[in-house]
Amino acid sequence: MAFLEIDGLRKRFGALEILKGIDLSLDKGGFLVLVGPSGCGKSTLLNTIAGLESITAGEIRVDGNTINNLHPSKRDIAMVFQSYALYPNMTVAQNMAFGMEMRGVPKPEREKAVADVAKTLQIEHLLARRPSQLSGGQRQRVAMGRALVREPRVFLFDEPLSNLDAKLRVDMRVEIKRLHQRTGATIVYVTHDQIEAMTLATRIAVLKDGELQQVGSPHEVYNSPANLFVADFMGSPSMNLLQGKVSRANGSASIILERAGGAEPIVLPAPSSADATKLQEGGAVIFGIRPEAVSDLEGVDRNSRNVAKFDAIVDIVEPAGSDTFVVTKIAGKEVTARMRADAVLRVGQTHAFAFNLDKAVLFDPATTRRI
Amino acid sequence: MSAADAILRAPSREPARHSTVTRVVVYGLLIFFALIYLIPLVVMVMTSLKPLNEVTGGNMFALPKHLTFEPWVKAWGQARIGVSDTAGINGYFWNSIKMVVPAVAISTLLGALNGYVLTKWRFAGHKLVFGMMLFACFIPFQSVIIPMAVILGTLGDIGNQLTDATGYSFGFGNSTVNLVIVHVIYGLGFTTLFFRNYYEAFPTELVKAAQIDGASFFQIFRRILLPNSAPIFIVTVIYQFTNIWNDFLFGSTFAAGDQSPMTVALNNLVNTSTGVVEYNVNMAAAIIAAAPTLFVYVVAGRYFVRGLMAGAVKG
Repeated sequence: MAFLEIDGLRKRFGALEILKGIDLSLDKGGFLVLVGPSGCGKSTLLNTIAGLESITAGEIRVDGNTINNLHPSKRDIAMVFQSYALYPNMTVAQNMAFGMEMRGVPKPEREKAVADVAKTLQIEHLLARRPSQLSGGQRQRVAMGRALVREPRVFLFDEPLSNLDAKLRVDMRVEIKRLHQRTGATIVYVTHDQIEAMTLATRIAVLKDGELQQVGSPHEVYNSPANLFVADFMGSPSMNLLQGKVSRANGSASIILERAGGAEPIVLPAPSSADATKLQEGGAVIFGIRPEAVSDLEGVDRNSRNVAKFDAIVDIVEPAGSDTFVVTKIAGKEVTARMRADAVLRVGQTHAFAFNLDKAVLFDPATTRRI
Repeated sequence: MSAADAILRAPSREPARHSTVTRVVVYGLLIFFALIYLIPLVVMVMTSLKPLNEVTGGNMFALPKHLTFEPWVKAWGQARIGVSDTAGINGYFWNSIKMVVPAVAISTLLGALNGYVLTKWRFAGHKLVFGMMLFACFIPFQSVIIPMAVILGTLGDIGNQLTDATGYSFGFGNSTVNLVIVHVIYGLGFTTLFFRNYYEAFPTELVKAAQIDGASFFQIFRRILLPNSAPIFIVTVIYQFTNIWNDFLFGSTFAAGDQSPMTVALNNLVNTSTGVVEYNVNMAAAIIAAAPTLFVYVVAGRYFVRGLMAGAVKG
């Protein structure tokens, strides 16, 4: 039995259904990231776990106990808010101890707990300050300290890094990951940033319009997206998605990608990830491939068993320092390739590219689901 | 001077020369209007420091020849107010204080509580409730006098019955208590408006965090909301203090004789139609009547402006 279980959770605001039957579970010590575009219901879902929003139907259990109808303070959870929500009239130490004070924990115990957590987070020198005297990163740390000090059963993070600048965000991301590894806390984390989701999660739940699109490990979600939405949402730059057609010959299926201007179409063997029995002669498919699985000939993954080569004209070259992104066009659709930083390509030149088909996936355009 | 300095200084010098004339005009106008505004006060202060013969026989703007504080002493402790036997306005001054302090405190606290509920604990129909409270701000004083008199009369009856039963009225029917009730009810619309608008911009996440931390409804109010409400508190207190202290209509309607507040006493003093009109004493009494509001503005005035801004500009 999982530690945190959510069964058939629905949330309705008047006629508007925000969450349409969510089923999720998370093991003790797991790190679940709820990710999705804004308005997908991920923050609402987090608030229902916290008890800040009531639910219309369904059940939420922690460690086997139903907590649906418990007051937020009785659920033994702690939450880190996007704006940090530090009480401006209290010092850092008072902020951190407030929850324990409300629960009637004696003062010496409170002070000890605050001192311990402050040491872990290296904010001891800030304890006497007020939130207005702290930088963004320090506030973030204090907000986490306030959550940690109570030793709750579940931590909830509501887009905690979105108010930080880019560099600090990366630092704090590492910090959160380290914290999770060290404390073994059970965490539910909301973000719209798919990189945060990938790097932090042990389990990712992708939401859209109040419905779960896919739940799985970061590896599963990234490499075997359940549908077109997940494929497009996860990964940056996003997955290349191309219209194709199935051709069957001698019992094996291949995918034909038409090219503009009467050029020879690209014929690819069906990727091993696809269920070949579902591919019908002449059927339309969407061929999805990550930019890192598109490369020049030298950059092909040597372990790949299934490589397809083609020539294309280089449209745009974007050197990003660590990689160079190359944009080309197949059948009028842009295809982004991630190449080595020192790859030499010129705009307008015809260049040889390679698809690593071990990493490719196929989708059914009618249902948008992966084949 | 280096070239860089020249570039840096040139733009600031140009408008500076330009604005000398403008400044003279602007400051001249400001000083002119300030003087016009201050003249009545100056006349009041000077008149209150002159003996009566100098007032009646001399120029209003002339400085006192024989400086005297006698009118102040007389106004405070000896002057006859209307037909009453009390001497001086001091008793009425304390009447006003006894009315203003609880009325301001209660209406401000209730307004804060209302604002808290209307923004952070929203219920179905909260907009309607707030709309009706706003409506209370715009009802003319005169229209509530008769219904209010009926209600206060009922309270007085209750007070009489309590006195019969227990020997103590518990404040029912006391005119100071009545005035406090009237001012609290009448002020509630304004104080709620102030606090609602202030708390509207108050981060709701703080309330949620406190909920998770286990704070109750009133704990959140007392520990999170109130300590962060200083600017709007000052605005509300100044506003309520000024309004209640300066109120004449309710004071003259619902309190009589020795129970009257300062404003009514001042009127009774000045409007006496017997004997010589002691302008110097009247002026001293008027200044004493105005002093508390003046004091509140001087002490908290800059917070007043700041508080109004805090409500208007988010963050």
